[in-house]
Amino acid sequence: MDPETPAGTGNAAMTPEHVAGDEAGSGPGTEADGLLARLRPAVRWELGLVVVVIAIAIFGNSVSSEFFSANNLFNLGLNSGEIALMALPMTLIIITGEIDLSVESTLGMSSALLGVLWLHHLPMVAIFLVIAVVGLLAGAVNGLLVTRVGLPSLAVTIGTLALYRGIALILLGPRTVASFPNLYTNVGVEAIPHTDIPYSIGFFIVLAIASGVVLHATPFGRSIFAMGNNPEAATFAGIRVKRTKTILFMLSGLISALAGVLLTFRLNTAVQDNGVGLSLDVVAVVLLAGVSIFGGKGSIAGVFLAVLAFAGIQNALLLTNFNQEATGAVIGALLLISVFVPNAALFSRHLRQAAVRATRRQPT
Amino acid sequence: MRAFLRRAPLAASTLVVTSALAVAACSSGSSPSGGSGSGSGSGSGSAKTGQKVYVVPKNLGNPYFTVADSKGSGGAIAAIDSLGDTGIETSGTAASSASQIPAIQAAVTKGANALVVSATDPTALCPTLNAAIKRKIPVVTYDSDAPGCRSLFINQASTAAIGTSEVDLLAKEINDTGQIGIVSAAASATNQNAWIGYMKQELKKYPKIKLVSTVYGNDDPATATQVTQGLLEQYPNLKGIISPTTVGILAAAGVLDSAKYRGKVQLTGLGTPDSMKKYVSDGTVKAFELWNPANLGYLAGYAAVDLINGKIKGNQGETFSAGKLGSFTIGADHTVLLGPPTVFNASNISNYHF
Repeated sequence: MDPETPAGTGNAAMTPEHVAGDEAGSGPGTEADGLLARLRPAVRWELGLVVVVIAIAIFGNSVSSEFFSANNLFNLGLNSGEIALMALPMTLIIITGEIDLSVESTLGMSSALLGVLWLHHLPMVAIFLVIAVVGLLAGAVNGLLVTRVGLPSLAVTIGTLALYRGIALILLGPRTVASFPNLYTNVGVEAIPHTDIPYSIGFFIVLAIASGVVLHATPFGRSIFAMGNNPEAATFAGIRVKRTKTILFMLSGLISALAGVLLTFRLNTAVQDNGVGLSLDVVAVVLLAGVSIFGGKGSIAGVFLAVLAFAGIQNALLLTNFNQEATGAVIGALLLISVFVPNAALFSRHLRQAAVRATRRQPT
Repeated sequence: MRAFLRRAPLAASTLVVTSALAVAACSSGSSPSGGSGSGSGSGSGSAKTGQKVYVVPKNLGNPYFTVADSKGSGGAIAAIDSLGDTGIETSGTAASSASQIPAIQAAVTKGANALVVSATDPTALCPTLNAAIKRKIPVVTYDSDAPGCRSLFINQASTAAIGTSEVDLLAKEINDTGQIGIVSAAASATNQNAWIGYMKQELKKYPKIKLVSTVYGNDDPATATQVTQGLLEQYPNLKGIISPTTVGILAAAGVLDSAKYRGKVQLTGLGTPDSMKKYVSDGTVKAFELWNPANLGYLAGYAAVDLINGKIKGNQGETFSAGKLGSFTIGADHTVLLGPPTVFNASNISNYHF
């Protein structure tokens, strides 16, 4: 087995420069120094994000004195709540070295289900249950295809991205359902009582804390990093890679279904194309958070900061007279930077190696 | 090199984001911070100037709305500017409520004194629009309504007239017999569904015409082309298509502009004369309708400013003058009609330039 390219992912986790912030196992003697050395790169990225968030906050405030008003912050949170929620299981999945692009379609399927079942006068509690089960099943399909059949998650979830959207269209057709009672649609206008936080962000905060604890302070979390760094070694270490990945995909399906319900209520519109385009926004947030696309590296604190940065920059740009159509360019550029920079050192190493090989080939 | 790159992430990300923000700040100029009181029309008749009216079409980059909103074409912003106020166009890029709502919220945060909105969805915008009305910001919908959540709705033509006349136009072209399909915009669009409703009613007068399918192009050229092709493949005996959306009819005309379909499948709908000239001259389309979108926008802009200044309250029976367009009376359900639709065909299309 070639030590240079473990599991064929090109993952540079072996070299000290790219050791993850949290990783399974290490020699007991060097634990303290090793831990510090390993924390440094991760903490550096989160610190960079803090600076970015502060810069965006200053920018927002300079553009409009209303930026920090309760109303604007409420809107900021409300418009990004679903993306924030879906970013959490996406983070876990990406850390294991997989990806789930079907989240926007599971969201759409959930919205269509909500609409069509409401049209058939099912009680709302029953509808919620059905949607939860469907979300779990949707994730299970992804997980089983990836782990049992062994297909790459990118391919599988691109397939389910189309499949679930198609199911949403079959369920609801071109109809829109907009007759939901105020009790539920109030999530779109009212904050959680005694706060200015929208319900979706409330869910996000609770889920983020839970994810943070699980990911960074439990063996289950460490096993997620381990399988991202080296799936074969993780399997030999006794970690149940397939079962964990399936669980993560099912969690992603469940949370996407929840996001679908929240989006439908806040817009008071169940329509099959709810959520189109959100998968890429979610991946953008997760990559901005410093989660490595190759797996094995990332933190929930980063996700939290990335959500703030993403929502903040979109809101701030809306408040300027910046050409709204170019907002995508700014966000796309941010995403490219966030992918390139952590891999810059790896990229330069490859360049150096290529240069060395080239000079060796020349006779003089 | 290695040490530099280790410090790179922090420095580089900060540098790039700050410069991106600097570019954005420079290109936006000095944007005045919101907070100067959202003008509550005092009804005293003295017109305030310098008010900000935000024009929010269904989406940006849609040529129909560019004509309806721009100053250069004599649209909404031209009307607003001519009255001494400032008109600003903003919206999302996808014709969906999830895309349009943040733009409306931002407009309110930026201190809008009035909103002129073409609604992507009849109900999804209501909480946001009602919140604006509560803050004494008049909301004028134009082109596509959000019933019950606005101060005034500027309707381009009687909804019933648009629906029925489209069917009558097509029926004549296919000799009252055959299968027809509809290529619409977004499934949720208020105006589309209202017109289609009247189309279906009018079709009862033609028992030999059968509406076999309605497909949705989402006001996106690529999607509209695809759904039209799908429609033609699914129903090989299709005789006619109605596309009551300027993006849709253009896409459908592109698909039908071939020897295989020209003359065999008739197309009509709502289109702009400039974009349809080529298809009328080569016979793909015999006739289609529209109104002048710039006039629609102009009227909406004028009405919005009149509402801010208290010249009208939006109630039935009130009359107001809209500059070059003449005077209008508010009808039932706070609606103002621009006028009857115009039918364009080979004989008159060269007279119009929009």
